[in-house]
Amino acid sequence: MLGYVVKRLLLAVPTLFAVLTIVFVLARVLPGDPAQTILGDQATQEALENMRHRLGVDKPIAAQYAEFLVDAVRGKWGTSLVTGKPVVDEVRNVLPYTIELTVTAIIVGALIGVPLGTWSAIYRNRWIDYLARMGSLLGLSFPAFVSAILLLLAFAIELRWFPVISAGGLDDPVERLRNLALPAINLGIIMAAYVTRVTRSSMLEVLGEDYIRTARAKGVPRRAIVWRHALRNALIPVVTVVGLYLGILIGNSVLTEIVFNRPGLGKLMVSALNQRDYTVLQGMMVVYAFVIVIVNLLTDLTYGFIDPRVKRQ
Amino acid sequence: MSAITLGRGEGHLLAQVVRAFSANATSWIGLALFLAIVALALLAPVISPYDPLDQDVLTRLAPPSADHWLGTDSYGRDILSRLLWGARLSLVISTVSILAAMLIGGVIGIVSGYVGGRFDLVVMQAMDVLLSFPSLIMGLMVVAMLGASMVNLMIAIALTAIAPFARIARAPTIVVKERDYIEACRALGFSDLRIMAVHILPNIIAEIIVMGSLWLATAIRIEASLSFIGLGVRPPTATWGGMIREGFENILDSAWLSVFPSLAILLVVFSLNMIGDGLRDAIDPKLRSGE
Repeated sequence: MLGYVVKRLLLAVPTLFAVLTIVFVLARVLPGDPAQTILGDQATQEALENMRHRLGVDKPIAAQYAEFLVDAVRGKWGTSLVTGKPVVDEVRNVLPYTIELTVTAIIVGALIGVPLGTWSAIYRNRWIDYLARMGSLLGLSFPAFVSAILLLLAFAIELRWFPVISAGGLDDPVERLRNLALPAINLGIIMAAYVTRVTRSSMLEVLGEDYIRTARAKGVPRRAIVWRHALRNALIPVVTVVGLYLGILIGNSVLTEIVFNRPGLGKLMVSALNQRDYTVLQGMMVVYAFVIVIVNLLTDLTYGFIDPRVKRQ
Repeated sequence: MSAITLGRGEGHLLAQVVRAFSANATSWIGLALFLAIVALALLAPVISPYDPLDQDVLTRLAPPSADHWLGTDSYGRDILSRLLWGARLSLVISTVSILAAMLIGGVIGIVSGYVGGRFDLVVMQAMDVLLSFPSLIMGLMVVAMLGASMVNLMIAIALTAIAPFARIARAPTIVVKERDYIEACRALGFSDLRIMAVHILPNIIAEIIVMGSLWLATAIRIEASLSFIGLGVRPPTATWGGMIREGFENILDSAWLSVFPSLAILLVVFSLNMIGDGLRDAIDPKLRSGE
């Protein structure tokens, strides 16, 4: 196992460089002159020179690239043009919120999706199956901000069960949970839609296996067959899908944070966007590059833990 | 592997598609819904009751009524008309970008699979890196850096969809290129280009088209999401995501502003998912549900 972990960790290094390279191309090569973008058409030549120097874009592109990579790895992600604060501090302030949100969403998604997918498979082609399948297809069709707005309207504005703005009251655990509830439910139900579908198809496959027939022939109670024998094996592909889904979850959390006005990585990036804070924007792209690589690494590792065949390859 | 199942499918491409459709009623319902929406979008200049950009201060934020079926926004513009015109934009952006992704991704996948060896390895590694970017994050980065415009939105969406199409095109190419008839083509001295275009492409195109319908749904979602964030086609042009963004400011007293475009997006994406889901069930026997 240790060998597998080390190998995965080493493989993550080239991936990180590749992802950072894409970010560099997007942030530095494609946009032309960022100084011009920041200062506008009216800027004097001198101001432009100063800004270019400050951003480090007056050097040759190869030097910029090397500097960019070194800074990214060392956590020097630039300082905000608006607030003057280092990006790394801003990220550190909001990161717990985003992690809290995504982890809760995964739990909500699994708690809804796994039982629903299992029932759907057991009662295949009965009304509960159709309902679950249509429901999950509908869930897949929601852009995260659409479902967020509908939840906000129903439960925060009409019923007033939850706060409209999900920030503040952070020291009080009850208040914090109330703030977390709607955003986490929003991400959770969309995720549940994915989990339901994968659990269903994986369960259907497992239920057709020989060892299930054997268990049935032995007279093992139906309930025990489904929940003990079948589900355990059916969950392996589900975990993979959860891993693949993390990427979508990262994107959806950006939209959720905006609708519920909740602090987090996504909110930070979008406010940088609205304030045209070029350095924070570029820093956030680096942050997301790291997030992507870490998420992929975690998925690979979990896969290795669950499915012993992967390790031996 | 569904690709192979479909590759073996006898008969004309159209017959394959019709057969795939018939296996599942869901895809027909989805198709009917989607075509209805496309028709409404095409007819927007004829049927929309008002000009989508016409402002009328006297009827600002009017709730749904006989004059304005879906109400008006904070500039007094007719919501229904803006929805209809917004549908055109949404459909054009997503269709063009997915077609581009199908073309570029398809070519990359076929060439990479056909050439094989180290070239294949490097290309697919690059595709994996692209694939590891969540599509919304990738779209956000591209549009944020290039600026919000229709063309840049298309580039952003196409970029996120190229890698999946490359992978889906590569897998069956590797299987098909080992077949005897491809060997025969080579023996006859056909050029690689001709073999790829005439003898491999027809075997894998159905698979790519099915995937296209699912990615069209994703493209519409991404376009709407970027517009909602403020990275869509610039106002006052009507975009669904932009309408929700504007309506969101008045959500406490005029909820319909954001609810109607929300439902519109949901309906389109749902109909496309129904099409794609039914087709996927039909071509993947493992998932087949209604025997």
